[in-house]
Amino acid sequence: MKQSLSVRVLGNLTLAVTIIFSILPFVSMFSAAVQPQGSMPHGIQFTAHPHWENFAAAWKVANITPLLISSAILVLVVVPVVLICSAMGGYAMGSLHVKGGWIAYGLLFVGLTLPFEVLVTPLYYEIQSMGLLNTRWALILPMIGLNMPFGMVWMQAYFSQMPKDLIEAASIDGANHFRIFRSIQLPLVVPALSSLGILTFLATWNQFLLAVVLIDDPTKRTMAGALQSFVGQYSTDVVLLNAGSLLIMAPTMILFIFLQRYFIKAMLDGSVKG
Amino acid sequence: MSTHLTNRRRARSVSASRAADALPARGRSLSSTLAGWLFLLPGLAFYLVFVFWPIIQTAWYSFYDWNGIDASTWVGVKNFVKVFTDPVLLGSIGHSFYLVIFFSLIPIVLGMIIASLIRDIRAKAVSTFAQVCLFLPRVIPGAAAAVAWTWMLAQDGIVNQMLSAMGLGEHATSWLGNQHTALTSVGVIGFWLQLGFCIVLLSAGIGGIDKSLYEAASIDGAGWWSQLWHITLPGLRGQIAVCLTMTVVAALASFDVVFMATQGGPGYSTMVPGVMVYRLAFTQNRVGLASALALVLMVLVLLVVGPLQRLVQGKEEA
Repeated sequence: MKQSLSVRVLGNLTLAVTIIFSILPFVSMFSAAVQPQGSMPHGIQFTAHPHWENFAAAWKVANITPLLISSAILVLVVVPVVLICSAMGGYAMGSLHVKGGWIAYGLLFVGLTLPFEVLVTPLYYEIQSMGLLNTRWALILPMIGLNMPFGMVWMQAYFSQMPKDLIEAASIDGANHFRIFRSIQLPLVVPALSSLGILTFLATWNQFLLAVVLIDDPTKRTMAGALQSFVGQYSTDVVLLNAGSLLIMAPTMILFIFLQRYFIKAMLDGSVKG
Repeated sequence: MSTHLTNRRRARSVSASRAADALPARGRSLSSTLAGWLFLLPGLAFYLVFVFWPIIQTAWYSFYDWNGIDASTWVGVKNFVKVFTDPVLLGSIGHSFYLVIFFSLIPIVLGMIIASLIRDIRAKAVSTFAQVCLFLPRVIPGAAAAVAWTWMLAQDGIVNQMLSAMGLGEHATSWLGNQHTALTSVGVIGFWLQLGFCIVLLSAGIGGIDKSLYEAASIDGAGWWSQLWHITLPGLRGQIAVCLTMTVVAALASFDVVFMATQGGPGYSTMVPGVMVYRLAFTQNRVGLASALALVLMVLVLLVVGPLQRLVQGKEEA
């Protein structure tokens, strides 16, 4: 049953307007970023000779190289640890139905919709007393903890859908819990794990508040956190500011466009189940 | 081969479960409980040390007057009284509720309408392209969105340029720098962040609604609005609850966007609890007061999210 023609025309029209609205800020940034350096750009203007070299200049002043390395280190530590811990915890709660598991589940549930502002102050003093302030660990350790509620609850949901006789059969075959987990159950939840990986990557890469509070040196922060010091320094230079900000956004945008199918699936599933 | 193996396993599992029954029950459950908690331990440890313990401490700090360095003094509920009486602090909470209109209500209502308008658009290429565009605001960091919009809303930005083009040049202003327009402008940024996501999520939900319901309604002569009201809306209860949960939390706990776009200014006109907590704790060294405000924020979020969660769960049972 098709909707009427007028509704379809209206639908296409609103969709087009919404799409334009969604990408307008990027177009406006790009337009400013390719104007001559030192000029005062106006809104969106067409340029016959875009100044691509602005991006090279912004790459230098925004310290993109160390930032990319720093963010990559963060993600490469945080994401695997979150995946392993979530899978193990989810297995214990969802498959083993461990006694007292509801306590763990309840504790984690509190953290699901937690505003980070609630814990950032004590976290600062905790990290300080550990002597980790201004090191990468100051961000890595809390980021793992902050991803645990969602990760473990998410994996728990998948493990609890697993057929029971699979575990029983294996345990008779003499496999211990770890082997059952590793060779039988884990391969079955790979799709859930890959979605969780994407969501954890985004949450870590885009983390702002903790990066700003816990690390002074912008080159050790996340890309998002580094934006704060960059904007602070170049707030008056509209051209360079926009070029640099685009560069800081670029990695996630490029990754998203290449892997869009997986990103969109992960984000939709993640919101519904989480 | 794998089916073969599974069958063999299954066949064995019958005799196996019998054998398991024969084992002393307590010994088995004790060892498996122990194993289970060993599996839980690493993740739970990270969570307890870096999330749960700080929350407990926030609650603890909130009853003290502490500058972060010297000894702290117990002040009872004085900090909470201050949160609910101080115009700046109370105002920041009010602002965050005002932002709910833009982060949450408008994107969801508009998202519903747009999603049901594009119900028939199934062309793969169009929908993929549209989804990528609509999701972009959600993929970039909120701080980056604030930078992009700061430029859009600047005196020389595209918004004023468009106003001039429409002959409304006299309304042009520095949107984020003007006391009267700043908070609404922050709301517009939030609207931009949330709209696309709501459309895609609600659109996916509409895809799951039984098509025959719409056919039957059309035959009965039900118009577009009445279909929206009687079929789409009830069918999307779960998705709407999800959208509400995510966007309301984003509004109440907003930090990135406000911090980058206005820092809470001009004056305190865009101050929200998140930025206020940061300012109190890290620039004014009033840790106790910051903790009290943070705790109030957490309770507010839970009060809003709790009933919404029930709505989601109610849908799953149905």
